[in-house]
Amino acid sequence: MSAIVTARGLGKQYRRRWALQDCSLEVPVGRVTGLVGPNGAGKTTLLSLMVGILTPTVGTIEVCGGRPAADASQLAKVGFVAQDTPTYAGLTVADHLRLGAHLNPRWDDAAAHRRVERLGLDPHQKAGQLSGGQRAQLALTLGLAKRPELLILDEPVASLDPLARREFLQVLMEAVAEDEISVLLSSHVVSDLERVCDHVVVLVDSQVRVAGDVEELLATHHRLSGPRREPSTLPADQQVVWASHTDRQSTYVVRTRSPILDPAWSVSALGLEDLVLAYMEGPASVTPASTGLEVLR
Amino acid sequence: MIWLTWRQCRTQFIAVYGLVAAACVWLAVTGPALARLARRNENVYDLLTSNDRLLFNGGIAVLAVAPAVIGIFWGAPLVARELETGTYRLAWNQSVTRGRWLAVKLGFAVLSTAVAVGILTLAITWWAQPIDGATGSQRGSLASRLTPISFAMRGIVPVGYAVFALLLGTLIGLLVRRSVPAMALTLAVYVVVQIAVPLWVRPHLVPATTTSMVISHSTLDGIGLDGSGTLTITTHAERGDWVLSNETVDAQGRAAALPSWFSSCLPPPPAAGQPNGKAAVSQDHGTLDACLARLTDEGFRQRVVYQPRDHFWPLQWAETGLYLAASVVLGGLSFWWTRRRLS
Repeated sequence: MSAIVTARGLGKQYRRRWALQDCSLEVPVGRVTGLVGPNGAGKTTLLSLMVGILTPTVGTIEVCGGRPAADASQLAKVGFVAQDTPTYAGLTVADHLRLGAHLNPRWDDAAAHRRVERLGLDPHQKAGQLSGGQRAQLALTLGLAKRPELLILDEPVASLDPLARREFLQVLMEAVAEDEISVLLSSHVVSDLERVCDHVVVLVDSQVRVAGDVEELLATHHRLSGPRREPSTLPADQQVVWASHTDRQSTYVVRTRSPILDPAWSVSALGLEDLVLAYMEGPASVTPASTGLEVLR
Repeated sequence: MIWLTWRQCRTQFIAVYGLVAAACVWLAVTGPALARLARRNENVYDLLTSNDRLLFNGGIAVLAVAPAVIGIFWGAPLVARELETGTYRLAWNQSVTRGRWLAVKLGFAVLSTAVAVGILTLAITWWAQPIDGATGSQRGSLASRLTPISFAMRGIVPVGYAVFALLLGTLIGLLVRRSVPAMALTLAVYVVVQIAVPLWVRPHLVPATTTSMVISHSTLDGIGLDGSGTLTITTHAERGDWVLSNETVDAQGRAAALPSWFSSCLPPPPAAGQPNGKAAVSQDHGTLDACLARLTDEGFRQRVVYQPRDHFWPLQWAETGLYLAASVVLGGLSFWWTRRRLS
């Protein structure tokens, strides 16, 4: 796997608080990667470091083979749709396209106008009067028309209604199919990512809990439920991701490449959302309060 | 980047230049008549209409607030608004580095400001030249161009002020990251600077002239009581000079209080409305002369420290240079902060 983003021991400190600490990860080239994690996991900080809006306090980060925002040519390689998709409220849609054309050497003006037309945006309307969905689409159009090698989107659909979400992601997927660019998008809503991503990175407390191709992850994770068992009795090749116990029953989410042979388990597949949630909660799950509390590692 | 800057600033640009143009038209219409009037008449002040005086004082007022207004409404939001609304995240991810982004924004704003204020100052200086410092034959006068209030609104210093105010606003905007507090803070700092400079800095920008003179009836301007009840003497200064200090010194050349005999020597001032007040003054005239002669004999002189009229341009250049140097520092800090700290 060749990486378009490589971070090593990355940390960012604001005054006394660390927003991101000792984070190492890779984002594969030519894929649509979803960065998932709970609020406060450091997703926005990490993405801001990738586009060079922030500079790391410690550690190194390399994007498209260079230091983020080092110079104009480096900036041209990375597109960014920031959180809440900021646009100039006083400028019209057409102004934004001119802005992009003036400021980006690889700007694809024809494609940008085509996209705006297809979205049904009025070029003479001020960006401040657009709906949230339209504004997000405009920001996406700017990011795509720049023709970057890597497009980074920070919670692009968080503030959109379900219909606008679907439309936004659809436009994004079409564009990715056309242009063959690498995409990294963050979200705390897994169901958004399930439709578009083929690679997932789960970030909790600055740490990568799991990273991998969606298909491979789904094929190697299983939910096991059956009579109560201690995790130490599980086969060595089954890595416990998540566990929950009642007095009589145990439920595990395990990762393994080999088939589950034990007939005592009833085995079921996991969706991406369950899988991600299992990693977010971690193996130290707690049983319901009344039934003999037992925390397992 | 230039296009974007123009697109973002064009409203301010048009507003500023529209106002400057309107002011210039008004001055151009009334100016030539004023110049003719001044050429023909000695006591031009007596001939001024109230409109002329309004324009004169109004011109001073406009130029006094113009740099502050520009600094506040143009400088402070220049970057603060982008930080506040989050649009910097859009701007900084186009294929233009942050340094260039700020350079073009600042360059455009500084240039337009300097030219606008330059034109306005030039027009008002030209208009007011015939009547700067004009005094009436009876009473009333207009400020001469070296007095602190008028000095700041003539020549080239307003350009320095405006550029300074703009860059001050930009830097404060960068640090505060919000437009409205940045505006208030810019105004506060600018006002403090504008008060501090004429009080403590401007008198020393160009070495002042010091003269010592004999106190006599011909040089005496007035005798007064200061706040603590001691008598003080002031002597005449040339019209148009900016007097920094006017004090009595003893034979050793040290600043000294008037000797104790002086107040008893003086004739009592004529009471207002006294029927024979006139006679009393002329009679006491001799007494005053005798007092002053005794002062001179005892070695007392009057020392006047002042900036003579012809220091106007050296002072203008020096102060403009000072403000522009401060502006360069502020601009440098803004760049450093944008590149290194704003992340």
